[in-house]
Formats: sequence, C-alpha cells, structure tokens
Amino acid sequence: MPDPLPPSRPAITVRQLDKSFGEGDARIDVLKRVDFSACEGEMMFLVGPSGCGKTTLLSIIAGTLAGDAGEIDVLGQSLPRLTRAEVTAFRARYIGFVFQQFNLIPTLTVLENVAVPLLIQGAPMRTALARAQESLARVGIPEKVREHPGRLSGGQQQRVAIARALVHEPRVIICDEPTASLDRENGQRVMALLRDVARDPRRCVVVVTHDPRTYPFADRMSEMEDGRILRVLQTPAEIGAAHTEKL
Amino acid sequence: MIRLALKMLFGDRGKYLLLVSGLTFSTLLMTQFPSVFCGLMTWTYANMFNSRSHIWVMDPKAEQSLDSKPLRDTDVNRVRSVAGVAWAAPYFQGTLQARMPDGNFKLVTLVGLDATTLAGAPALLLQGSLDELRLPNTIITDEFGLDRFSEGQRNPDGSPRRIGIGDTIEINDREARIVGVAKTRRSFTGGPFVFTTYDRAVLYAPQQRKMLTFILAAGEPGLSDEEVCRRIAAETGLRALTEEEFRWSTIWWYVRNTGIPFAIGSIVLIGAIVGMLIAAQTFHAFVLENLRNFAALKAMGASNGRLTAMLAVQSLTTGLIGYGIGAGVASVVLRFFVRLGKVGVYTPWQLPVAVLGVILLISGFSALLGIIRVTRTEPAIVFR
Ligand SMILES: Nc1ncnc2c1ncn2[C@@H]1O[C@H](COP(=O)(O)OP(=O)(O)OP(=O)(O)O)[C@@H](O)[C@H]1O
Ligand SMILES: [Mg+2]
Repeated sequence: MPDPLPPSRPAITVRQLDKSFGEGDARIDVLKRVDFSACEGEMMFLVGPSGCGKTTLLSIIAGTLAGDAGEIDVLGQSLPRLTRAEVTAFRARYIGFVFQQFNLIPTLTVLENVAVPLLIQGAPMRTALARAQESLARVGIPEKVREHPGRLSGGQQQRVAIARALVHEPRVIICDEPTASLDRENGQRVMALLRDVARDPRRCVVVVTHDPRTYPFADRMSEMEDGRILRVLQTPAEIGAAHTEKL
Repeated sequence: MIRLALKMLFGDRGKYLLLVSGLTFSTLLMTQFPSVFCGLMTWTYANMFNSRSHIWVMDPKAEQSLDSKPLRDTDVNRVRSVAGVAWAAPYFQGTLQARMPDGNFKLVTLVGLDATTLAGAPALLLQGSLDELRLPNTIITDEFGLDRFSEGQRNPDGSPRRIGIGDTIEINDREARIVGVAKTRRSFTGGPFVFTTYDRAVLYAPQQRKMLTFILAAGEPGLSDEEVCRRIAAETGLRALTEEEFRWSTIWWYVRNTGIPFAIGSIVLIGAIVGMLIAAQTFHAFVLENLRNFAALKAMGASNGRLTAMLAVQSLTTGLIGYGIGAGVASVVLRFFVRLGKVGVYTPWQLPVAVLGVILLISGFSALLGIIRVTRTEPAIVFR
C-alpha cells in the first residue's frame, strides 16, 4: 500500500479578521471575525453572494488592503507585522494575480505585459522577455506575442494574464472572478489552466467565483455570506452537491 | 521598467503628440521672442560694435548710445589732462538726411572721428581704405548704405545703377565721396552708417552751438578702465563709462523707457502658461487614463518609488523632446528672420538654458501631480 500523501502545509491562514469601511453611521462591517485557510498544492474556491466580502478578503490576503484586526499569515509571514514597503516587496516576490478585468496594459505588447512581474523585481529586460515567452507557451499562446492585448479575444487575454501571474513562479496565486468576463468555453479553458497550475505542491491558488459551472475544478470551497465564512466544503462529493444545488 | 514607462507613453500616440506639441509651442515662443528682443537691443548699442573704445565720456545726463546731449569741444582737452588718461578723441554722432545724386533724401547715421587718430573707426573694411578718410570730402559707409544709396539710381541707358566706391553723394549740399565700405552692425534708428572725420561731420550736420556727442578715451596701461572712469568723472564732472557699462546703461534705458520688454515679456509669459496648461493637463489625462494600469503595477508589487521614477521619466522625456523640437524650429525660424534682415536676432546662451529650465519645471510639475495621484491610488482598485 502506498504511503498516504503527507498533510499539506497551510499557505494562507486568516484568523478573526475584521474589516470595515467608513466611519460613524456610514460604517459598514464587511468582514466579521473571518477564519480562512488554504494549503499548498490546493485550489481553494471562495464563493458567496455579491457584496458578502469576497474581494475584500482576497485583497487583504494579497496585501493590497490592510485588515483592521486579526491574524493574516501568508507563507509563514505575518502581513500586519510588515511595513507597507515590505508588503509590496513580498507581493512582488510571492504573489501572482489574475483579475476579472484582465488589467493588461494596452500600450505594451503581450510579451512585455507578461514580463512585467519580473521587471518589477528588477530582472534584466532580455531575461524577462525570454521567460515571458516560456510562460506564454505554457498557457498556449506562443504566437501573437508582439501584438497588443487589444487585438486578442477575451479568453486569450485572460490566458495572457495567467501567463503574467505565473511568470515569476509565485507561491500564491490570487484570482478574482477570472471567468466572469468570459464565455462558457473560454471560462472552462481558463479554469483547466489554473487547475493545472495548482498541481504544483508548493503552490496555492485561491479563486473567487460566482460561476457554479467552475465548481468541479475546486479542491475545497469556502462559502461566505455577509462577512462570515459559513462552511468549508472538503470533499468532491460535498462540492458536487453544492454544484447541483446551485445549478 | 523605464523602457516600459516609455512604451506606455509612446503607445498613446495622440496624447503623446499633444504633450510634445504643447511643450514645443512653449519653447518656440519663449525662445523666439526674447531672441528678437535681444536682437533689437543689440541694435541700440550698435555704435559700440562699430566704434570700439575702452571708455565713453558723455554729458552727465546722457544714459544711452543715441542720447544727444552734446559736450563742448574743449571737454576733449579736459579729459586728456586727467591723470591716467592715455588719450582722448572727439566723436560725433547724429542722424541726418543725406541728399542723393538724383535729389532724393536718405536717412543716415553720421559718425565723426578724430582726424589724426581715427579713433573709433570700424574695425573691418570690406572695400577701400581707412586712410583715404584723411583726403578731403571723403566718407566710409556700410553695405546697407550702398543698398540705400543705390535705390532708384539709373545709368544713362536706364539700367539700375549700383553706387560704390568712388561715387559721390551729397550730405547737406556738401560733396561726400565714398572711399570705403565697412562691416557694421545696424542701428536702432534704421539708417546706414556714414563715417567721416569729426571736422567734416560737423560741417555736414546742421550747425548747433555744441556738436561733440561723446569723447572716446583709454587709460594708461596698468590702470583699470573703471578706475580711469572714476577719475575722469571726478575731475571733469562728465559721465565716463566703460564700454560694458555703457552697453548695459543703454539696454536698461530701453528696458525702462519703452514698452518693448513688457510686450515681449507678456508673450513669453503667455507661452509659458499656455505650454504649462497644455502639458500639465495632457499629462494629467495620460495619468488618469493609465491609473488602473499603475494600480495594477502597484498590486503586482511595484513600489511607489518605482512608479515615481516611471512618471518622472515619462514626463521629462516628453519635456526634453518637446524642447528639442521647439528649439530646432525656433532656430530655423530665427535664421529665416536673419536672412529677411528686418529684425535683429540675438540669442545669448543663457536664453536656451533658461527656456530648458522652464520646460523642465513644467514637466516636473506635471510629473509631480501624476506622482501624487498615483501614490495615493489604492492597489485594491484593480479588483473592481
Ligand atoms: N473601498 C471601499 N469603501 C467602501 N465600501 C467598500 C469598499 N470596498 C468594498 N466595500 C463594500 O464592502 C462590501 C463587500 O465588498 P466586496 O467587493 O468585498 O464584495 P464581493 O463579495 O467581492 O462582491 P461581488 O461578488 O459583487 O464582487 C460591499 O458592500 C462593498 O460596497
Ligand atoms: Mg468581488
């Protein structure tokens, strides 16, 4: 009998996280004592109704937004203990982003866009472009690299964005509704690509999604409602049930 | 990242061209008008180019090179007797009508030089010889004078006649034979220069009680011009200025007493302001349009310092390109003006440097606005 897989280590641990926006009467508590975790080598989905705080939680994990109270550990690093500059440098090194709006820079070529995370880390242009080319090959867009992103279809643009998120081999990849701007077929293709990316045992992929058709790609799924994590679905069976329930 | 910054900038061609043209326009206005102004100013002290002298002595109330507050002839001797003065010579200068062989009148600036020393004679003769000025009824004029005197002249067969060396014109019914053509700088009053001896100039010019416009002088070796001027002023009560002082005294007189600097100054100011508005506004629009891209770069871990550098490079590059094109166009236009010969053009080296400074200031200011905007942007907006 083969050894059971070693228990994977947590890549992200959030405990008792609070976050509110505004002051006084206008104050809204968006995250209320949130506990959340995601492990290395897994693809964790974060689902829930619109406005429940998914993007806010994701932003705090990514370090683009500060929490009010609570613990946020990413790859063993406590983000609240870091200075703003340290968080920025941490993000550059360890985190990759895939956005709903792609956020590719229209005046740069596809290749240059993909090279950006390496250039941010100070890599020389030549190396950065070479690695960008490899990364593009990996997402299935080896041609059209000298075109501007505007000439590509939405699905192609999102794959370029994934190539950009992967190019510097980050340990955590944060995706906020990566398929929401895509049709079904392209959405499936992008999810399959991310699924593949998450096979790396040292990598953790967190995906916020609204789209039940993507649920089958999840390893685990955290359900959020009104600023709280309701439950965490652990098994394919549970996720499958949620899937049919939603459909 | 710097290369990316430039590509972001050049990629937005419309905005980039607008930016550059705003700065080009500013540079052009700020270079061209002051150059014409400086050119005009050089005309005001043209006689100090044509007649070089260490020291100019004048009436205590005289301030500029075209002032006519004549001195007594005896004042030359009073200046000569001041200790430390090596020599002093009379100098007449006046604007008067010269009658041409065909009876027409032409305005000329007549200069009378000391007959023995010819002190203050033009340094460069294009034709003829200076010594012939010592012969009776002779004058030296400049190329502009030949042009003017030739206007309307006809040969017996009716073809246009070019006046030149050996020809005779009349100044106040007295014959004046041209024996030389000098290279001169144009005068503010517009007429050509006519050089002759002091005694003859006094006869050509309408008679007045006092005719001596200036006294040219030089100090003994070892004494500074300033010191000699001080002594002349102290002993004779006349005003004595070094060439440099006289030049600036003349320039300042025109600055104070004419509307020219004000007119030019307002054009320059408008140029600077319009350029600044176009550049700052366009750059701001560029930054706003790219705010999401900058936020994405921030989210991906670009520090504020890096983004600041990117914005600074974008804005300064545009500034330098705009300045380069503007300065290039200005030099072509100014060269054209010079060829036209209607206006004076003089660009002291300080002018392009100052304009570059203003352009960099404008660019820096635009960059600063962008930097403030971008550093205040939350990277989290990229999720929206
Ligand atoms: N910067 C902000 N200032 C004020 N309120 C904010 C801010 N960001 C988010 N909110 C509010 O916090 C709540 C949660 O927002 P969030 O974007 O996290 O929700 P979400 O779960 O991602 O929703 P959706 O599925 O629509 O993207 C919303 O009510 C939103 O209006
Ligand atoms: Mg959201």
